[in-house]
Amino acid sequence: MARAWGARLIEFQSVTKAFDDGTVAVNDLDLTVEAGTITVFVGPSGCGKTTSLRMVNRMVEPTSGRVLVDGRDVRSADPASLRRGIGYVIQHAGLFPHRTVLDNVATVPLLAGWTRRRARSRAAELLEVVGLPEEVGRRYPAQLSGGQQQRVGVARALAADPPVLLMDEPFSAVDPVVREGLQDELLRLQSELDKTVLFVTHDIDEAVRVGERVAVFATGGVLAQYSEPPELLARPANDFVADFVGRDRGYRGLSFVAGAALRPDEVETVTVGAPGVVSGDEWLLALDEDRRPRGWLRPRATVAGPLSEQELEPGGSLHTLGLPLRGALDAALSSPSGRGVVVDRDGRAVGVVTAHQVLELLSTERAAADSEPEGGR
Amino acid sequence: MIPQLIEWLTDPAHWRGPDGIPKRLLEHLYYCLVAAGFATLVALPVGLFIGHTGRGGTLLVGAGNALRALPTLGLVTFLYLVVGGTQTATLIGLVVLAVPPILAGAYSGVQQVDRRVVDAAVGVGMTRWQRLWQVEVPNAMPLILGGIRNAVLQVVATAAVAAYVGLGGLGRYVLDGIRAVDYPKVLAGALLVALLAILLDVVLSGVQWLVVPAGLRTAGVGDVGRRRPRRPARREVRGETTDTGGGRVDGGAGHGLRKR
Repeated sequence: MARAWGARLIEFQSVTKAFDDGTVAVNDLDLTVEAGTITVFVGPSGCGKTTSLRMVNRMVEPTSGRVLVDGRDVRSADPASLRRGIGYVIQHAGLFPHRTVLDNVATVPLLAGWTRRRARSRAAELLEVVGLPEEVGRRYPAQLSGGQQQRVGVARALAADPPVLLMDEPFSAVDPVVREGLQDELLRLQSELDKTVLFVTHDIDEAVRVGERVAVFATGGVLAQYSEPPELLARPANDFVADFVGRDRGYRGLSFVAGAALRPDEVETVTVGAPGVVSGDEWLLALDEDRRPRGWLRPRATVAGPLSEQELEPGGSLHTLGLPLRGALDAALSSPSGRGVVVDRDGRAVGVVTAHQVLELLSTERAAADSEPEGGR
Repeated sequence: MIPQLIEWLTDPAHWRGPDGIPKRLLEHLYYCLVAAGFATLVALPVGLFIGHTGRGGTLLVGAGNALRALPTLGLVTFLYLVVGGTQTATLIGLVVLAVPPILAGAYSGVQQVDRRVVDAAVGVGMTRWQRLWQVEVPNAMPLILGGIRNAVLQVVATAAVAAYVGLGGLGRYVLDGIRAVDYPKVLAGALLVALLAILLDVVLSGVQWLVVPAGLRTAGVGDVGRRRPRRPARREVRGETTDTGGGRVDGGAGHGLRKR
């Protein structure tokens, strides 16, 4: 179901939603979601982002204006069949507790009239796609962790291969580490499946991480800015966006500064297991036999016998060569020696960088970008 | 008293004829099953409908409480005088008694299905009918059957009133025993009613085990009733509780997975 970039898939045309009590949830929204992109709606509570999302599959009807999917007004379709053609993922997954995981995933194909056998074999395929082992299919939702439930929720939404996927705070209820894994998984899936994804979150970090385009909503249902993440972080349209994007936006913006020009320095290393190590005035980077970093040996340390991991200070985060500068800066800041370890794609150490180096490179990159009229992305 | 009770129960004469234990037990069982059956036919659809649409819940609670407040004996006597037929009067009285718990069970069972699960059911494209039968009813099963069990217990205990208007059932032993100052007989009647109640409850708990979906048993049947209520005031509010704040520092790796 690949579509050309630039094709419009979801269009909001002067959409307003006012509730019976007079609250305006969405105020005159005009916005186009391009086919094959992940577009994120982000904003504080009560900004109308979820309401906007729910108007796409008619879970909410607009008070005025139109929502088009693939050029057709959603109100011209029967709600149930419209929804079967649009994947829907919500917070806490909302799995059916009385059905096995496999039957949960098979829900939409079964509603669409597939045979049970075919729907189940499709569901089994989908579990594999979202990275769940086959035996999970026989379990019930209550027996899964939060992260697994969310994966099942995504699989259920994908089962009938809909071109559009609506995700309403899908990862907000899981812990940060699992959430990051799920975000990576979504990006991987998207690179394979090429859906048009509309993703709602209140977490700006998640928004810039997952989104190819981000729409920031302000309280009262007003669209404050709609742009690509680097633009959003570098040039907030107004005070509201600047405030919402937060104090760390400069740091977050580093996620979008290419690190290709980074040249790591040499560092003195030592291999774990080596006998009788004595360090000088500098920290020694300890590697294993495959040159993977294991930690740091502090200056002026003497180790009789073979060097064991107990003698080492745990290392900071690792920066993979070629990835954006945010990782490099974090590696430097989190390292006990003040020097961040840079590794290659296979995780082997190639050198170290200091925070100072990263910042210098950053100013060079900025100067270069400013001399070109529009940063080409 | 206990030896006389055992003597009464083991007397072969009490196991034969129109006033014998099997006959009375069957009569009692008959009243109960007919009453509970009718009550289910009436109350279950109404309860499911109200739970599903969310309309008329307040009315239902009021009506249920009013029905509960009616004294069954008074009602049966009243109906006996109005309707005339003793059996009809008794059965209507028992039906009225059995309706509120079944109604309440069906209503609250459907109404308390996790709001997110219902939202997902709508979102994946189920029609109202599919949502009711494929999601709400299976998830409401523990409470629906709880209501029916409740109703059956009450009916079994109260069916003894049939004797007051001249019908059979185990109530006969109690009533006739009191009249004849035959206390072992009174006690035997009471004991048999209690045993029947326990027996029916065991049977129904077996039925419950069979029809409650396995996924709900794994979750712990008790959990179902404790789920958060459906339809909060405004949906956007949910986000706040899980806000982790903005300034989280990422690990160094991972950004390379962006699709660009």
